[in-house]
Amino acid sequence: MTSVRPGAPGFTVGLLVNPVAGIGGPAGLKGSDGERAQRLALARGSSPKAGERAAQAVRALLARRPGTPILTVAGPMGEDSARAAGADPRLVPFVPGAPSGGRDTTAAVEAMREAVDLLLFAGGDGTARDVLDGAPSCPVLGVPAGVKVYSGCFALSPATAGAMAAEFADARETAEAEVVDLDEDAYRRGEVGPRLYGALRVPAARERLSGRKLGSAASPGTTEAVAAEVVARMRPGVRYVLGPGATTMAVGGRLGLATTLLGVDVVQDGALVAADVTEGQLLDLVDGRETHAVVSVIGGQGFVLGRGNQQISPAVLRKVMASGGLVVLATQRKLAGLGGRPLLADTGDPATDALVEGYVPVITGHRESALYRIRSATEEFR
Amino acid sequence: MTHPYIPNAEPGVRAEMLAAVGAASVEDLYADIPEGLRLRRPLDLPAPLASEQELVAHMRALLARNVDTTQVLSFLGHGCYPHHVPAVCDEVNGRSEFLTAYAGEPYEDHGRFQAIFEYVSMMAELLEMDVVNVPTYDGHQAAGTAIRMAARYTGRSRALVSGAVSADRMSKLRDFLGHDIDLVVAPVGPDGEIGEVEIDETYAAIYLETPNVYGVVETRGRELADLAHAAGALLVVSADPISLGVLAPPASYGADIACGDIQSLGMHQNYGGGQAGYIATRDEERLVAEFPSRLFGIAPTTVPGEYGFGDVFYDRTSFALREEGKEWVGTAAALWGITAGVYLALMGPQGMREIGETILARTRYAMDRLAEAGATVPHSGSVHFREFTIEVPSCDALLAVLREHGILGGVRLDDRTLLVCVTELHSKDDIDRLAAAVREGLA
Amino acid sequence: MSGHAGEPFAELPVAPKPPLRRFHQARWDEPIIFEQSRPGRRGVAVPAAGVPAVELPASVRRAEPPRLPEMSQLHVLRHYVRLSQENLGVDQAIAVGQGTCTMKYSPKVNDRFVNDPRIAELHPLQPEDTVQGVLEIYWRLERMLAEISGMHRVSLQPASGSAAIYANVAMIRAYHASRGEAEQRDQVITTMFSHPSNAACAKAAGYEVITLLPDENGYPDIEALRAAAGPRTAALLITNPEDTGIFNPRIEEFVRIVHEAGGLACYDQANANGLLGVTRAADAGFDLCHFNLHKTFSTPHACGGPAAGASCVSEALAPFLPSPTVEFDGEGYRLDDDRPLSVGKMRPFLGVTPNVVRAYAWIMALGADGLREVAETAVLNNNYLMRKVLDIPGAGAHWDRNRLEQVRYSWQGLFEETGVHSEEIGVRAADFGVHYWTSHHPFLVPEPFTLEPTESYSKEDLDEYAAILAHVADEARRDPEFVKGAPYNQTIHKIDPASLDDPKQWSPTWRAYTRKHLT
Repeated sequence: MTSVRPGAPGFTVGLLVNPVAGIGGPAGLKGSDGERAQRLALARGSSPKAGERAAQAVRALLARRPGTPILTVAGPMGEDSARAAGADPRLVPFVPGAPSGGRDTTAAVEAMREAVDLLLFAGGDGTARDVLDGAPSCPVLGVPAGVKVYSGCFALSPATAGAMAAEFADARETAEAEVVDLDEDAYRRGEVGPRLYGALRVPAARERLSGRKLGSAASPGTTEAVAAEVVARMRPGVRYVLGPGATTMAVGGRLGLATTLLGVDVVQDGALVAADVTEGQLLDLVDGRETHAVVSVIGGQGFVLGRGNQQISPAVLRKVMASGGLVVLATQRKLAGLGGRPLLADTGDPATDALVEGYVPVITGHRESALYRIRSATEEFR
Repeated sequence: MTHPYIPNAEPGVRAEMLAAVGAASVEDLYADIPEGLRLRRPLDLPAPLASEQELVAHMRALLARNVDTTQVLSFLGHGCYPHHVPAVCDEVNGRSEFLTAYAGEPYEDHGRFQAIFEYVSMMAELLEMDVVNVPTYDGHQAAGTAIRMAARYTGRSRALVSGAVSADRMSKLRDFLGHDIDLVVAPVGPDGEIGEVEIDETYAAIYLETPNVYGVVETRGRELADLAHAAGALLVVSADPISLGVLAPPASYGADIACGDIQSLGMHQNYGGGQAGYIATRDEERLVAEFPSRLFGIAPTTVPGEYGFGDVFYDRTSFALREEGKEWVGTAAALWGITAGVYLALMGPQGMREIGETILARTRYAMDRLAEAGATVPHSGSVHFREFTIEVPSCDALLAVLREHGILGGVRLDDRTLLVCVTELHSKDDIDRLAAAVREGLA
Repeated sequence: MSGHAGEPFAELPVAPKPPLRRFHQARWDEPIIFEQSRPGRRGVAVPAAGVPAVELPASVRRAEPPRLPEMSQLHVLRHYVRLSQENLGVDQAIAVGQGTCTMKYSPKVNDRFVNDPRIAELHPLQPEDTVQGVLEIYWRLERMLAEISGMHRVSLQPASGSAAIYANVAMIRAYHASRGEAEQRDQVITTMFSHPSNAACAKAAGYEVITLLPDENGYPDIEALRAAAGPRTAALLITNPEDTGIFNPRIEEFVRIVHEAGGLACYDQANANGLLGVTRAADAGFDLCHFNLHKTFSTPHACGGPAAGASCVSEALAPFLPSPTVEFDGEGYRLDDDRPLSVGKMRPFLGVTPNVVRAYAWIMALGADGLREVAETAVLNNNYLMRKVLDIPGAGAHWDRNRLEQVRYSWQGLFEETGVHSEEIGVRAADFGVHYWTSHHPFLVPEPFTLEPTESYSKEDLDEYAAILAHVADEARRDPEFVKGAPYNQTIHKIDPASLDDPKQWSPTWRAYTRKHLT
């Protein structure tokens, strides 16, 4: 967590709505990306809900900080929601296409990012990707309104988003949150699996649970604690392949190494052997010595292999499984979020999937781990 | 008969509730317990004492087999001390709103938060330190935790522990710390204080007690603080708060962490059940982060002039930087903390000074009288508070004679060393009586 | 008094009570005690020494008097009586909301025994022949807990439940050390819904912790246990029923798997209230277990202690029990300190004696049938309350399983609809004189609350409690901001906690507050 700037009275919130977000869900379309899906959804009788959810967030914000200045885009991309919540927003000079699309979201972010202290956007994972493409220089916070909301940049509910925005006016502490998304076309074909696209700066969730029980000193675990534990368990002369994701990135940070968020990196004895490697490079690097693959859980379904880390290919995995093995990183909370469903592997090769099936160690915090079921995704979704 | 403690054992209401949950009998609700695990016989326990008067009679008979320290003249101390307990202390900790409450929520149990905040605040004044924890179990635990805090703070795993501590405390420290902190025991000097010691930069802390197990007040605190700090270590001092109206608080000579037991502050001896521990530090973020226990702080409410309370530095229990050896937080000794607060409020600065002066004076008087009576009083040139040792040919023989006079003469540390405890409860006459009996016992 | 048809209450001098209690917590707006001080006043007198004073050397003499409050006796008493009134104990409130804590009636008569000087004024190092009564109480309570658990010996030394878990872990370590396996066995296995003190104590004792998560059915994953158990396993620490209230029917198998790996099985019986006389730790093969005397055996919670724990062990583990033990030779009771394999002292002296006395008296007042009735009533109460809570729209419970003595519920449905958190529902419920704890750990059940209606509560109590929750849930639906603004009928109003996490502002004592904010 880093402090951005001191709490200032001139706190402006940007508002951006993807008006068609969530429209595909009720229509059974597993997402709303793409014009075709949106037309189909409307034809199936879906009505847009994102605008109303954005308004709920603004209402919650204004209830806590009346008169908060709001900057938004004319029409359904924000203005309508702001007015519905009783605000009188300023508008950026930006005219979206009709109907608006992902490129409009990106352009709107670019138009607003310098002028606001926090950007609220209503949508789903696809919208978050478009926001990410707009390279926001300000912190952002998602109002969940999409079919797929697996990214870490979303608040738990519209009302929570508004409340967090209000708190952020004073606290101004941020954290990094992952943006993950599914390839919807693949998803509709029944091939499930998210990808990690990058990270956004979001208000740090200051969870104050006054109902703390005496006795609960065992913490739920934090990314930092997980990373510290991974480093503590590293042994000399052993190679570690770090997959993509914020948790593995924190391992690099803990070692003081410039590892990558989206790439696969290799470390040994506290040094970076290679960053952002390809499968071919990896095959050479894992050869002839004890090697462990350290991967994190991408998205809400529990994927640990075959999504965003295809560099760790069947050939690489076979070598890893024969020498060191696979280690998964996740907080207890993230594991708990799976609701008892297994972790998933989809390496593209059933024999390799079978090799990793069973129980895998999951590092969950300081001197804490779990053993958790991992299955082949093709088996699980057969 | 419906038991007075179990309202829903009444058959009518039981039937009504079973019907409401759709069960034929309570057995249905135990369906998940496999038959192989079921106890299919009544527990083999004594027949119940169903009426209150039968229970009282039974307990009276048991209690009658105890002889307590108001019935004899007791000079027993060694970690549990006889002090006067003001009636208001008993009144407050007997209030059922406090006695029967859970650890509490900030609103409906506001009173408990304020009372404990005030306890830690009064301890802070006594200790001249800004941060004091919600009580832990006892002085042993406080000492163990304080050393562990020093180890986490410095990132080191060795501590120099004064040899002038009780065998029980040493046992606890070895169990609690021994598996990952190397404990080096310092010698005891000829004056009964900690002996000459050296440490290097592998040490996390020097642990000192004052008054120590022999009742000797350590006088070289400043020197030890300088020694510790020069090596990058902390000075941890265990001090009995009842001495601090007259004795310098550890912070004043450079201690980084103070700790100890608060049983002296308004708790009855309770056959050892009145113990509770405190830990205190200065208000430095890194030190505060190492407290495993709860800390309560003042927070504003929506109404001006209203004090709210909550946990200070909430996130520190999940502080990832140095989690090694973090401890659990659990139900410990909150009510004794409230009681100690009442005690300190009643005593005030004058009372704390006076009780300290009285104990110092009577301790010295008793040392002199027992020396006159023929006992050897080791390191009698040192300042003693509340306890001192005497050396005699046979503790057992002497204690037996004293028993005949209705006196429990002290705690036997070894065959020839007896630890004698004198507090404000022991009048000059009591001490004279002890001296006369000792003279007879040594004759 | 005669009533008229159609207007039955027209002539009642006092109208009937409304459905919900119109509660207001005491609000004395009490200043901090330091603000009530006036120099020169005092609350108690201290006897003068009556013998020559001792001059202290400057190196140990206090330089400045402590800045303690100076108040007369009545005013100290009044202040604390007011604070006590701003607190809710079992004696006033329907305390079913502290799930896992087993809040029950602590009989007043037991306090009398504790306040008797023949307990209160006993010194723990008195000669054994002067404390035969209290030693007999320790001995008899030990034997009764051994029978209740099926275990061989019991130590009443631990100061609390967590301390008892720690003592058990210490014995586990000593046991493996005695077999030369202390280094090798460096892992402890626990389950996610076991009380978090199990993981915390194991870590404090130096162990690495492996946690088993629930499978789809809500039971700890037994296949994960098989994968985890091995030559590094020191022990399984497990609560059953877990904090969900679900009893794990395969518990014997869990124990067997760990035994086959050479590990020990240790049963956290914090949730034993529904099991007394129904099933026993030893019968499932456990080597160790513990009870919380302040939960199952009725000693008061005292705002967070003093509590008391009991560590119960099999014959194989008995040599490792904390010292001293109480021994009975058929005629008298004595303390045995000569136990070379013992883990030593867990706390000063023999135990938290007042609570040992209370627990003993409580069991003596109930006997075998009474304990069984306690367990059955606790389970019936819980199932009855569950039925009523699950009827409230927006309340739910994970996993469709039977529950014993408690349930971890979720307000997730209500939260999704209203944005009101469980914690906020709890604060608003306090406006009606009850409360609950949100019990987030282990972050598996969203918007959680855990209710444990022990045998002490009447059907009417449970009806009232459920009616309050239903009312607050309804309020959340109609006016979420109102619920979020609670409390309204409490001692104080909504707290702004921001300064508590800021080192520049936080004030863990009045001394710190004065330095940072009043000067």
